[in-house]
Amino acid sequence: MSRTAAGPGAEGAVSGMSLHTLRETTASAQASATCLEVAKLNLYYGDKRALNDINMTIPSKMVTAFIGPSGCGKSTLLRCFNRMNDLIDDVHIDGEVRLDGQNIYDRAVNVAQLRRRVGMVFQKPNPFPKSIYENVAYGLRIQGVKSRRVLDKAVERALRGAALWDEVKDRVHDNALGLSGGQQQRLVIARAIAIEPEVLLLDEPASALDPISTLKIEELIYELKRDYTIVIVTHNMQQAARVSDYTAFMYMGDLIEFGETRTLFTTPRRKQTEDYITGRYG
Amino acid sequence: MDNADRRPDVRDWVASGQPWIWLTAGTVSMSLIMVVGLLALITLRGMGHFWPAGVVELSLRDGSLMLGEYADHETVTAARVRGLGIEVPAEREFVDRFLLKVGNRDVTGADFRWVNDIDIVATRYPTAAFVAEREEWGNFYGFVDGIREGETQLDEGVDLWAEIDARLARKQDLAARIAAIEDDAMDSVNYALERLRLRERRLELDGVPAGDEAHARIAAERAELDQRYQDLSAELAALHHDIERDVLLVHTVDGEARELPFAKLVRVFRPNGMSWLAKLGHYFDKAGEFVADDPREANTEGGVFPAIFGTVLMVLLMSVFVTPFGVIAAIYLREYAQQGTMTRIIRIAVNNLAGVPSVVYGVFGLGFFVYFLGGSIDRLFFPEALPAPTFGTPGLLWSSVTLALLTVPVVIVATEEGLSRIPRSIREGSLALGATKAETLWRTVLPMATPAMMTGLILAVARAAGEVAPLMMVGVVKLAPSLPLDGNFPFLHLDRKFMHLGFHIYDVGFQSPNVEAARPLVYATALLLVIIIVALNLAAITIRNRLREKYNAAET
Repeated sequence: MSRTAAGPGAEGAVSGMSLHTLRETTASAQASATCLEVAKLNLYYGDKRALNDINMTIPSKMVTAFIGPSGCGKSTLLRCFNRMNDLIDDVHIDGEVRLDGQNIYDRAVNVAQLRRRVGMVFQKPNPFPKSIYENVAYGLRIQGVKSRRVLDKAVERALRGAALWDEVKDRVHDNALGLSGGQQQRLVIARAIAIEPEVLLLDEPASALDPISTLKIEELIYELKRDYTIVIVTHNMQQAARVSDYTAFMYMGDLIEFGETRTLFTTPRRKQTEDYITGRYG
Repeated sequence: MDNADRRPDVRDWVASGQPWIWLTAGTVSMSLIMVVGLLALITLRGMGHFWPAGVVELSLRDGSLMLGEYADHETVTAARVRGLGIEVPAEREFVDRFLLKVGNRDVTGADFRWVNDIDIVATRYPTAAFVAEREEWGNFYGFVDGIREGETQLDEGVDLWAEIDARLARKQDLAARIAAIEDDAMDSVNYALERLRLRERRLELDGVPAGDEAHARIAAERAELDQRYQDLSAELAALHHDIERDVLLVHTVDGEARELPFAKLVRVFRPNGMSWLAKLGHYFDKAGEFVADDPREANTEGGVFPAIFGTVLMVLLMSVFVTPFGVIAAIYLREYAQQGTMTRIIRIAVNNLAGVPSVVYGVFGLGFFVYFLGGSIDRLFFPEALPAPTFGTPGLLWSSVTLALLTVPVVIVATEEGLSRIPRSIREGSLALGATKAETLWRTVLPMATPAMMTGLILAVARAAGEVAPLMMVGVVKLAPSLPLDGNFPFLHLDRKFMHLGFHIYDVGFQSPNVEAARPLVYATALLLVIIIVALNLAAITIRNRLREKYNAAET
């Protein structure tokens, strides 16, 4: 897809639209503040450009879903929000991502501090080979919390928050690897919310799970949005429609359309979006 | 060509994969047979050594008698024997020759004698024949006549063997007390005196005047130690006098009378009269002595305890040096260094280091560690002992360090392997929680890589424990006067030379004045070395498996 042909104009329209939509919803939504702001973000893997001039505004305390066909750059974009792409050699980024107004790619930003504010859950559950308790307490221990009482409380709160407490309360000191896949994924969410981030990034959190576990995760996302700004990547459009307030459709590194989920799924403005959600490609 | 009609032929057999299975299985069997054969040989030869052999009395054609135990046997052609000028009956085509261990080196000059079967007239196993293991001159074979206590000979009426046992027990008791004084008390005094001498020399070097209080203190301490030394010497002299009281009166099979002082006897027994159970007791007694005692008679008798101790201590020290060193190097190579041509070259170099002949490491250790490093340490920290070197001479420390250098590539490679197997998702999970790279490494990656580090250590131990060539240059000796670990401060003496089982095998087998007598001991020592290496490895493997269980699911 030639970027220059469809790119700047289209994106200008999209970002303009999203800001417009935002302004509209401001009155109705309880939380409306802008949380993450992406401006002219480009990302290159070596010489290959993977994200083209992305501009978008992610609202606070809402669920924003990224959809699009495989390889469209939705995970890459998500990983820009907590600078996970820094770990990959040969990645070059320009443009800005602003968290509460501050550019996270600024030199002065401490990446570890940033990741405490922007938590992330990965596609495959990745608990550490430690006890359930130690998994959840990990982030706090890193921050230097030693008090047993504080840790106990935080672990319980996080496990309750991730709807896992009732299932594991009698065996929090057992190895986390003994849990089922769905439980492991909720444990990883508990681990992420234990350090009380502002934003929670979910990278296809249910793609490796069975339908019942998926349902539990989706219910959990619904609960979590009261306290956190959530950005979720999914290749499952029904899931995006069920859990998200806003949806962004991406294609070949371009942000094609971004708007309220209801609007985007019922009356998409762009032909490509319509083709994708009606199943014509992807 | 109808396939259904074609009879199966060789091509089908090859295509079926059968020959391949036979080849692979055959190779495994061959390796197995060789390993089992090796172990069986050293086990049989090594373990058989402690069993008391029967004492045989041979009457020869020329009327003389021989007493001893069979040690070897061979069959040669009669022509060869005739060629030596020995008369052989015309009908004989082959002659059997027996090697007899006749002992009595102090009487006859040689321990072993060959005898041809044609010369043997009669063979007997006299129950009265006895064997005396001595601290000098090897075994004595003969017959007991009586006991002399001081100047008086014991009466004929007494139970001779009960007396022998009692007096031998008394001798062992006295010998233990002498050893306690010589090896512990006197050793400590000597050690303290030597330290005093060094302190005095130090004062001299520092330019402290002779009339100083420090000199006076040293003199006072020395006087005290000298007094203590005198007391110990007197006590020792009394014990030596006591131990020389009893003498065993014996005669050889030729009727030559000898006197064997009890002070020099280790064991006295009559193998021909021993019951099966008594032989078993004797066997375990000897095996225990082998494992727990010091060597005697240029290492050809007695035990190998100092060598066991030296081997294990050296390997443990080596592990202490090599593990942190190799692990840290591997962490840098895998986690921090930029992966490029340079790291690849370093990695290849490290791998190749593992293939450098060990004797080269020995030369390097001698040149760099012993002479350069050790020499510098001596000049800087031990000038008072010069010109006698402290660390500038081969010793335990340099041996461990040299072997650590020899095995560090193995640890690096194994650890790198382990680090590269930690899934990316685990690292990302930790980083996403706000951990820095270093925190991720310490809290998650390294604990998960511990089984791999243990694998590296196991390989390192396996290689180091069997290594002999470099040690000959950097610290192993034939006979070390004292263990590297004792009760004198600082307890672990890294500068001391030590004994090693591998070198012991070489020394006893090839450098010994009495190779024939020492050969069984070579097998026994080899067996012991194998057992110790297996034990060290098993210990490490157990630890690794325990660690692996903990992190098992994460590695798959």
